[in-house]
Amino acid sequence: MHQLLEQLLIGVQIGSIYALIALGYTMVYGVLKLINFAHGDVYMVGAYAGLGAAGVLGTWLPGHTPLHTLLPSPFGAILVLLTAMLLCALLGLIIEQAAYRPLRTRSWIVPGLVIGGASGYVAYGIALNGNRTPASAIAIGVVVWLGIGALLRTTQSRRTVGTPSRLTALITAIGVSLFLENFGLLPQIFSSDQRFIQRSQIVTLPNRVSVLGASVSVQTLLIFGLSLILMALLTYIVTYTRIGKAVRAVSFDADAAALMGINTNTVIAFTFALGAALAGAAGVMVTGLTGTAFTPYVGVLMGLKAFVAAVLGGIGNIPGAVVGGLVMGLAETLVVAYGPSVGIPSTYRDAVAFFLLIVILLVRPAGLFGRLAPEKV
Amino acid sequence: MGSSAFKSPPLLTRILGFAGLLGLLFLGNAWVERPLIDQSVTSFYGMDQYKEGIVISCGIYVILAVSLNLVNGFTGQFSLGHIGFYAVGAYVAAAVSTYGHARLFPNLPIDGSPIGVVQGAYPVLLLCLIGGLAAAVVGFIVGLPSLRLRGDYLAIITLGFAQIIQVVIRNIKAVDGATSFTGISRGDTTILTPHLTNFFWVFLFVALTLWVSYGLRFSTHGLAFLAVREDEIAAEAMGIPTTRYKVTAFVLSAFFTGIAGALFALYQPSLSNDQFSFVRSIDTVVMVVLGGLGSISGVAIAAVLLTILPEALRGIDQYRLVAYSLLLIVLMLTRPQGIFGREELSRAWLLGQIAAVKSWFSRRSLRPS
Repeated sequence: MHQLLEQLLIGVQIGSIYALIALGYTMVYGVLKLINFAHGDVYMVGAYAGLGAAGVLGTWLPGHTPLHTLLPSPFGAILVLLTAMLLCALLGLIIEQAAYRPLRTRSWIVPGLVIGGASGYVAYGIALNGNRTPASAIAIGVVVWLGIGALLRTTQSRRTVGTPSRLTALITAIGVSLFLENFGLLPQIFSSDQRFIQRSQIVTLPNRVSVLGASVSVQTLLIFGLSLILMALLTYIVTYTRIGKAVRAVSFDADAAALMGINTNTVIAFTFALGAALAGAAGVMVTGLTGTAFTPYVGVLMGLKAFVAAVLGGIGNIPGAVVGGLVMGLAETLVVAYGPSVGIPSTYRDAVAFFLLIVILLVRPAGLFGRLAPEKV
Repeated sequence: MGSSAFKSPPLLTRILGFAGLLGLLFLGNAWVERPLIDQSVTSFYGMDQYKEGIVISCGIYVILAVSLNLVNGFTGQFSLGHIGFYAVGAYVAAAVSTYGHARLFPNLPIDGSPIGVVQGAYPVLLLCLIGGLAAAVVGFIVGLPSLRLRGDYLAIITLGFAQIIQVVIRNIKAVDGATSFTGISRGDTTILTPHLTNFFWVFLFVALTLWVSYGLRFSTHGLAFLAVREDEIAAEAMGIPTTRYKVTAFVLSAFFTGIAGALFALYQPSLSNDQFSFVRSIDTVVMVVLGGLGSISGVAIAAVLLTILPEALRGIDQYRLVAYSLLLIVLMLTRPQGIFGREELSRAWLLGQIAAVKSWFSRRSLRPS
């Protein structure tokens, strides 16, 4: 009995992480009808941002030591969390402005700066690797940057404004995701031991406490508690604030909302920032509290599973994402804990999510709480 | 889509067919007349093993991309899970070639040394067929339920199936799914996966895939595929059984992907699970999108280009995926239809491009200031 309770609590911990990430998927899908493939990677960036913030803060705050060590005070830990969330929100904003907005509008300045700049940087790196002198490598980089900028300017000026095809948006999102995963692997960005972080707990905690007779680790409770606070905050923003109301309106009918004077682009940007902040918080909590091993690819599977959670609850539906995340977390934990006794090896853990997805999509394509829109001809 | 969709492309088909036939005769001849005694058999006309490897992986990627194009390009369904079928084809071929060694091909060497065309004909054809069929069966099982879904949902569910296939393979002890599969040991003898794939077979299957693909594209079935892509509801209203066509395309595509997998397995000394990861799936999707969804020649050209490109950028492997990702984003922003769009490489296409460039310049000069 106690063992079951322990497993359930661990499931809730994993599930609340899924839920936090799933919220971003579901909100973006609500306003933009786009599967933001890069969202899982924002989670990864959040974890790295948290580590970086802990390192920087560790040198500032009294009584702390630099990176890969501990922030004993709750104040420092919360500061790390907020910094990482802010950085991720900024990243979400940049992703939206640079990659997704130009698919809908004729904007070219931000994409030219960001995408052109990144391309120029990659060209510079390749040229440098090809034994060119630094000066000529920089020249090559600048030429590529300007070239991409000019290309974007000419093509964007002829774009038809409106909703892009689903496929175009999806492939762009895959591109962004690949970029985020691999940019950190470039030799100039991180050194090799910074890329693959084995163990990087930011906060140390007393080991275990007893809840109703079951012994659980403190981080389980902390992750669950913090997630609940963040979700409550999100609910407040979406339900009671002006911008939250706008988000719901755009989610309900983007065209009608635009006609009512809502600036859909602002709303979309806000949604991206909000979702990214939540994913970043999830990333910081997982690395900072549990000290899980980390690589730049950690967001792929996490993102996919969180997306499955969003679909499970009915994509576009905010409470649905939370429920879906919790269901997924519980299902996974239970398979790992009790699967072997009924003949399912625990290595099937990663398959559980996709099995659930397949069943849900086939039985109830709109998810647990979603409504299926009738097909319009 | 212009009227070209309803006419067969005269030039390219003829050139391809002719070149294909010539090439087959030529290569076949070259190999038959070679005494199959030493390692030099694998090196073809002075090419070393490294270059040979590149050419063979070009061929395998062409098969992969062209077969993925059957689903993603022709029927407009977006599959992200073809790497799963590739894995099935590879593992089934490797398993059959080693476990069935005693019964099916007792004459093959068990030390994994290369085998010539004539000696390898029966095993290669059989193993490719088995690999392809296994992948097709899995494709049917995956496709039948998933093709009820559309667009992003289909992409995600196929991805999910690919992940499941990977996890299942990882748990199969018979093919050492958790580590890497090189062969099996029976008593004190070790039977390694035979090294059967060479230019000839890769070339043959590339030609076969292209031929089937072209044949389909300009047949009634192909037009039904295109109708499904253009407007599924309208196609259904016209009496096209859309689900059946979607599943057909999916299964056919899985079949060829399985063949590519079998060729891969019979070339590699060992198979491991991470060769079939999600990232490899993305590689193929990038080829299809870059070449132009629906353009067979475009996809094939993109596959060759993108296989050679990383080799050309050798030593800077960490830049490859970043460059890929930027390429994808820029492409989607500037030319979402790919290099060739939906057109095939042909004389008409070339003339059209030249005319477009000309008109662009003349429009520029005529633009009122």
